[in-house]
Amino acid sequence: MIVRVADGGRADATELGAEGRLTRSLARVARGNRLAVLAALGLLAAATLALVAPWLPLLDPDAVDTVERLRQPLTPGHALGTDEFGRDLLARLVWGARVSLLAGVVTAAAAMLIGVTLGIFGGFYTGWIENVVMRLTDILMAFPYILLAIAIVAGLGPGLRNAMIAIAIVGFPIYARLVRGVVLSLREREFVEAARALGSDDARILGRHILPHLLSPVIVAFSLDVGAKILATAGLSFLGLGTQPPTADWGSMLATGRQFVILSPHVVLLPGLAIFGIVLALNLLGDALRDVLDPRIQAR
Amino acid sequence: MRRYLARRLLLLVPVLAGVSVVIFMVLHLSPGDPVEIMLGSQATQEDRARLRAELGLDQPLHVQYGRWLGHVARGDLGRSLWMKRPVLDEVLGRFKATLVLTGTALLLSSLAGVALGVASATRPNSVLDRLSAVASLFGASMPTFWLGIVLMVIFALWLGWLPASGMYAAYGGGDLRDLLAHLVLPAVTLAAASVTIIARLTRATMLETLGQDYIRTARAKGVVERAVVLRHGLKNALIPIVTVVGVQAGYLLGGAVLTETVFAWPGVGTLMVQGILARDFPLVQGCVLVVALSFVLVNLAVDLLYAWLDPRIRYE
Repeated sequence: MIVRVADGGRADATELGAEGRLTRSLARVARGNRLAVLAALGLLAAATLALVAPWLPLLDPDAVDTVERLRQPLTPGHALGTDEFGRDLLARLVWGARVSLLAGVVTAAAAMLIGVTLGIFGGFYTGWIENVVMRLTDILMAFPYILLAIAIVAGLGPGLRNAMIAIAIVGFPIYARLVRGVVLSLREREFVEAARALGSDDARILGRHILPHLLSPVIVAFSLDVGAKILATAGLSFLGLGTQPPTADWGSMLATGRQFVILSPHVVLLPGLAIFGIVLALNLLGDALRDVLDPRIQAR
Repeated sequence: MRRYLARRLLLLVPVLAGVSVVIFMVLHLSPGDPVEIMLGSQATQEDRARLRAELGLDQPLHVQYGRWLGHVARGDLGRSLWMKRPVLDEVLGRFKATLVLTGTALLLSSLAGVALGVASATRPNSVLDRLSAVASLFGASMPTFWLGIVLMVIFALWLGWLPASGMYAAYGGGDLRDLLAHLVLPAVTLAAASVTIIARLTRATMLETLGQDYIRTARAKGVVERAVVLRHGLKNALIPIVTVVGVQAGYLLGGAVLTETVFAWPGVGTLMVQGILARDFPLVQGCVLVVALSFVLVNLAVDLLYAWLDPRIRYE
């Protein structure tokens, strides 16, 4: 009983301390890393624009107007010009942000959920569960990342939903490996042994003692992964395997605009810049988060 | 070394078996009838039955897998539905072009990445070091296919210095000079992201190595700085660099699909995308199989290279 009280008290103190430390670290990083703050603001702006797109005074992104085709930017009525079908590029970029951002966040989240679950079980339970999880990740990692995604889309059929499923499937082994490694080292630690001695069952040990330790590495991996997933979805759309016409998506805008690049480079430059800007912002933010959350980097 | 090689080869068996199951299952992932997907809704009942029998789809799944694996082991990857030719011939023909592209990109990214990394490590916080840090951030954020298009517009269409697409000129080409001219833009595009990754890792490893005591001793003995950096530093930093170069080789094999599409490079990537859009499953399976096998072999080669570079790995 005494042990229980003492253990509980220490855990609370550590949690409070960790929270205070995190806020302080975030404030310090924000002061020292203006680029990360700028990236966060940019992302927030892009996400807000994408969210409120239906209520913005934008033209219909799919409305074809052949008279107005391939207009240059700053044309009256079309601030960023038009594409090969005379569709307004500003409207398509904003609506495309909805698809690209959503695809990035959802596929990274799905990969994370599957990977973290498998990683926890693979690390906590030795024996056949560990073997199955590890062999599965070995096999999936025996393929080049994008090739496997393409192969899965080949089986499921082209389309945004299938492309997202494929990217989530090829993305989860990285999380599974990362989490399994952390769980393997945690499993042998004294506090897990103590919890077990006090009669905690596996579910309680996993939920209360192991899961909180996984938060930092998983958040860092996730924040860097969303950008990679946006690039992968855009890549599949570029190959014609993701979003199907007429839906606006940055990857497919690049693919169709490619044929008109000599006449109107903006048709290709703008969606490319949009992808580049968003992924750059995500990477800057991910790096800053890693500085805050990864103690090994701080120590260096 | 022989024991290590045997053990490493033995480890290949479960991975290869798993890879073959995944590739086989690709055909069966589709929620509908693969025959219907391949032939479209206009096909007659006889056509469907014929294709179903040809692909063995009327058999139970494990029988189909066994049959398919038997054929693959004998080098028979089936016939392309779209080209009406044996898949293996078609894929191997295109694979040479993919190898030329990825090989050149790997060479380019290793040489440039290691050189840049060593230069950054010997002069930390210099202009070059900072530029390389910015470039690596950009490299990780830029869509390869977009970079390809931008390079093509600048160097092929505006300046006219290099050909925009293909592997050889349609008329009068075909020699090495022609190939090299066509190779520059796709190889640079494909290598761009890898250069920055290899450079960052080389820099980090070199900084760690150059901080070791034996480097100080070498300097104290009066060894020329160049020899300190290259012979004492780089040689000992090589193992992590070889690892990342190996990982990049796999990345380049996959990334080649996008680059090939941008530059109409006649490799496996473009063939696979055409196969998917034409619903030619045997062709897609063949392409994935050949690329995945070469990826597995590259990983094997990298592991053997480690063991050769660092005897400690052999005895683990």
